[in-house]
Amino acid sequence: MKLSTVAKGVESSLFSNGPSTGYNFGYLNEEIKREIRRKILKAVAIPGYQVPYSSPEIPIARGWGTGGLQITLSIIGPEDRLKVIDQGCDDSVNAVNLKRFISMMTGCEVTTETTMATLIQTRHRVPDTPLKQGQILVFQVPIPEPLREVEPKVELCRRMHAEGDYGLMWVRLYEETVRWGRVTVGARYPVLVHGRYVMDPSPIPRWDIPKLNRNEALLLFGAGREKRLYAVPPHTSVEPLEFEDVPFTVEDQRGKACELCGSRDSFLDEIPREDGLGSRWCCSDTDFCSRKRLEVSRAKGRALILKKDARI
Amino acid sequence: MASRGQCSPVLRVDNVGKIYGPGCPYCVELTGPEHGRNVCPKCLSIVAFHGISFELFETEVLGIVGESGSGKSSLLRCLHLDEDPCSGSLYHKEVDNGRRDLFTCSWQQKRTIRTRLLAVVYQSPHLGLRMGLTAGANVAEPLLVNHHRPNFGAIRARVMDLFNRVELPTDRADCPIRSFSGGMQQRVQIARALACNPSVLLLDEPTSGLDVSVQASVLDLIRRIQWDTGLPVVIVSHDLGVIRLLTTRTLVMRFGRVVEAGLTDQILSDPQHPYTQQLVASALT
Repeated sequence: MKLSTVAKGVESSLFSNGPSTGYNFGYLNEEIKREIRRKILKAVAIPGYQVPYSSPEIPIARGWGTGGLQITLSIIGPEDRLKVIDQGCDDSVNAVNLKRFISMMTGCEVTTETTMATLIQTRHRVPDTPLKQGQILVFQVPIPEPLREVEPKVELCRRMHAEGDYGLMWVRLYEETVRWGRVTVGARYPVLVHGRYVMDPSPIPRWDIPKLNRNEALLLFGAGREKRLYAVPPHTSVEPLEFEDVPFTVEDQRGKACELCGSRDSFLDEIPREDGLGSRWCCSDTDFCSRKRLEVSRAKGRALILKKDARI
Repeated sequence: MASRGQCSPVLRVDNVGKIYGPGCPYCVELTGPEHGRNVCPKCLSIVAFHGISFELFETEVLGIVGESGSGKSSLLRCLHLDEDPCSGSLYHKEVDNGRRDLFTCSWQQKRTIRTRLLAVVYQSPHLGLRMGLTAGANVAEPLLVNHHRPNFGAIRARVMDLFNRVELPTDRADCPIRSFSGGMQQRVQIARALACNPSVLLLDEPTSGLDVSVQASVLDLIRRIQWDTGLPVVIVSHDLGVIRLLTTRTLVMRFGRVVEAGLTDQILSDPQHPYTQQLVASALT
């Protein structure tokens, strides 16, 4: 389908895309897409601010990535190349199903390569390959409100955001530091966006937090169940909340390397051994891992050729 | 203690009034001590207080005394900007040189004023403290509010310093506040109130829920802190003993109006208004 037919909106609903669907391009109708796009523009204009939106019905259950899917479906165009990951993995059931659904509804090309994708929907990870200008990363967010942990009342949370009153959040970090000597938040580490709003970065590991800072790609966050979306525009500052003398740290992976590719600078998953003795480690980002393995084997091949040459 | 002379008041309260309910043109006329009620007979609104004006000067301790329902706690809530009054204005020396009415400030400004300038200690620790947190965290909260990247060590040291000042054992700083006794919770409230070096301290019956010996030690603490820092204090109480011990000047309130105002010694030894006479006569000595 050509871009021109999509842009005409109403007509596009007459054209079914792909082999078997009678649905509008991107499943959602044009009015809904326009509403979500408008909310995205607002979110981009106010980095880190949670914008309420309609969160329309789509054929997956709320809590299974509806927020991310709605954003993806409303911004995707026929020229886009799509990648969907779940915990860094391209092949998990959820990622594969979402990918199949989106490509069925749009006819878009899908890819597993981070560098090739223009649009990446993700659950709980930021790819280990650095993102580039022009790419969009869409997060699936279970709980968009970072203050939920410290203040259960929605009204008070909104007022605290409005007034920039993050004392309670700091108190939580203070208590943890008193108790454990460091902040023990694993995933969902609270971050300050553009020096103004405290934001929930979705349950990504602490490892990924520094990657959000001044990222070249546009980061969009959708929480379908909670009907909120928010955004971090490219090159925006994203700082983890930290004390001056107790700095933020990422997960300690010293002495560990991926069993498959040998990488030490990517986030590693722990896999317990079958015999119960210790564990194995391997990359959480499958695309990063396979690319690295390719590089390693190429280098090995080159080395082998050089050796042969030397012998001759 | 009050050195007035040319100095301007720290806090100026001008004709403040609060009516709970729909309100009608007769509310003010038909209530007050001369009518013996604070509920308007026409519209059944409650006139919590009306036409209250006073000034609070540096190093001064002002007492507000009155019976339950006389509007003294509601007045204090308005002074702490927890509630908006229906009429009147409030000025603070450090906000726009005392020209800006605090009631017209935005929510955000009010919050800053509340944490930086006006500290409060409530009768019930449940109102002033967060019961889910540790004692130390309660004291640290006002210190953490307006910081971009606070220094943990500095804040921790300040919390311990405040614990020492209110005579709490520092080794209990990291215990849940729920595990503290009533008197200790009041001390934690005082430490929290002093955390940001406020310019006015508002006390709402700080010792009413405590037994007599603990009352004495908490009052002693408040008096010592006031002497050391010269912090101006407004204290609301129904207990004439507390008023006698702490204050230099007193307002007597009844049915939402000030019926008598003056130096504490004068009011207690020579009460003019019949209600004050009754109050003084009925005090246990």
